[in-house]
Amino acid sequence: MQEVSFVSEYLLPGLWVLAQCLILTVCLLVALAFLLLMDRKVWAAVQLRRGPNVVGPYGLFQSFADFGKFVLKEIVIPAGADKMVFLLAPMIVFVLAVIGWAAIPFAEGWVIADLNVGILYVLAMSSLGVLGVILGGWASNSKYPFLGGLRSAAQMVSYEVSIGFILVSILLSVGSLNLSDIVRAQDGAYGLFSWYWLPHLPMLVLFFVSALAETNRPPFDLPEAESELVAGYQVEYSSTPYLLFMIGEYMNIVLMCAMTSILFFGGWLSPIPGLPDGVMWMVIKMVAMFFVFAMVKAIVPRYRYDQLMRLGWKVFLPMSLAWVVLTAVVMRVFEITPWAATAAAQALN
Amino acid sequence: MAADVLPVLAFYLFSTITVISALMVVIASNPVRSVLWLIAAFFSSAGLFVLLGAEFVAMLMLIVYVGAVAVLFLFVVMMLDVDFVALRQGMSEYLPLGAFVALILIVEIALVVGFWVVSPQVSTLIDNPAPAITQTTNTAALGNIIYDDYAYLFQAAGLILLVAMIGAIVLTLRTREGVKKQSVVAQMHRTREEAVALVDVKPGQGIN
Repeated sequence: MQEVSFVSEYLLPGLWVLAQCLILTVCLLVALAFLLLMDRKVWAAVQLRRGPNVVGPYGLFQSFADFGKFVLKEIVIPAGADKMVFLLAPMIVFVLAVIGWAAIPFAEGWVIADLNVGILYVLAMSSLGVLGVILGGWASNSKYPFLGGLRSAAQMVSYEVSIGFILVSILLSVGSLNLSDIVRAQDGAYGLFSWYWLPHLPMLVLFFVSALAETNRPPFDLPEAESELVAGYQVEYSSTPYLLFMIGEYMNIVLMCAMTSILFFGGWLSPIPGLPDGVMWMVIKMVAMFFVFAMVKAIVPRYRYDQLMRLGWKVFLPMSLAWVVLTAVVMRVFEITPWAATAAAQALN
Repeated sequence: MAADVLPVLAFYLFSTITVISALMVVIASNPVRSVLWLIAAFFSSAGLFVLLGAEFVAMLMLIVYVGAVAVLFLFVVMMLDVDFVALRQGMSEYLPLGAFVALILIVEIALVVGFWVVSPQVSTLIDNPAPAITQTTNTAALGNIIYDDYAYLFQAAGLILLVAMIGAIVLTLRTREGVKKQSVVAQMHRTREEAVALVDVKPGQGIN
């Protein structure tokens, strides 16, 4: 009797969740291989080059060749490095970048963990990635990585604050911390004009720039500014540990693309009323966001570090805080109820 | 019966990890590793909060304690120039004093625990640490308590923190003479005409 309940209550759901995680991870990693290629192709096109074009047709398998090369190289651990922490750091970055995806809804009901506090979970996981960077910088026992690690820690902590406030103003309109609810709240009669990019337009710009800074993407890639710090915290890393750092970084970038499309562009909702909603809209929006990320890297020159800090603390933080107050006041004065309190939301629950 | 086993196992797993890593924070010889163990302790206590159904508190634990406090600790500890050999040498000297303090603490704890009577109402509190998820999410429950029931106390706490922050800034603020600083306004108001000059340089002569 007990055996049966154990199997049906724990074993089968457990295996099902495990299978979901496996499918998501494999899909993500394969997608990442092609996104990396897309990234390089976009820069190449902007600079009038061809980009990777040797491995496979149009260089499609370049990322897989790179993967094989990274895995087969020797792992070099510098003398005097804290070996445990040195190897732990890339794992922290990679694992945190992957588990953040557990709460991301790809379509109605297509989510591994439908958390009530989903948005906080994603915020927590993306902010913890800084630990791996700072530890990697310290454990390398070398000056450049250490400086790069410290820079990165300061940068990521600074921009997290304004990202937090941007999320608060979205949450005020939604009334729920559940990521699926945030998408459902944008479901309206006007298709893409019901999404939050329109009422929260300034925050979309702020969120996009903060996402660039949070993921150490150009023009904010100061932790690895090669003109000053060689390669920042990654200087001493080679082979698989380096690969983990790189995949983790790109995973975070794609996670930020997913967050942007969920928060501002209606996730899996179709832009034109009448067309069916579905996972393909989510994928299209994420790839479009990633294209913009790649274009920014190709076009915009790198910021200076004091400019970066000024932008984060003196421009973005006051603006996002003011927007929270403005949203709250507007909702109060015009008596707009948050989505979660409306009849449509109550009917769903 | 089987339905209760897994949460209990998870509870013992998380609490064991919490206790062991808290112990390792004190034992670890390298301060950076101490902070790492502290992070492990924070993580597993966040797990304990999730088991209680307090998911909001668990996420705040991760964001505030691990994401901000522990990172600041790491920041500070990494910059310390600690001589580990010198640290070890003082061990025998300070051991009796440390042992004495520890003994006093243990006696005090024993006195408190020995005369501790568990209130009969506690068992109902343990059964219901938070309102059921079906009634309200615990974010909403917490919001009601903080912003409705105890709004003034909460604002007062925020004010105290603000004053403390300003105090810390005032204490560490120093103005130094003769430091070259970037004036952002001046930088942004520079025009191309005053910043760039086109010079036709003859070979072998340079600019004079």
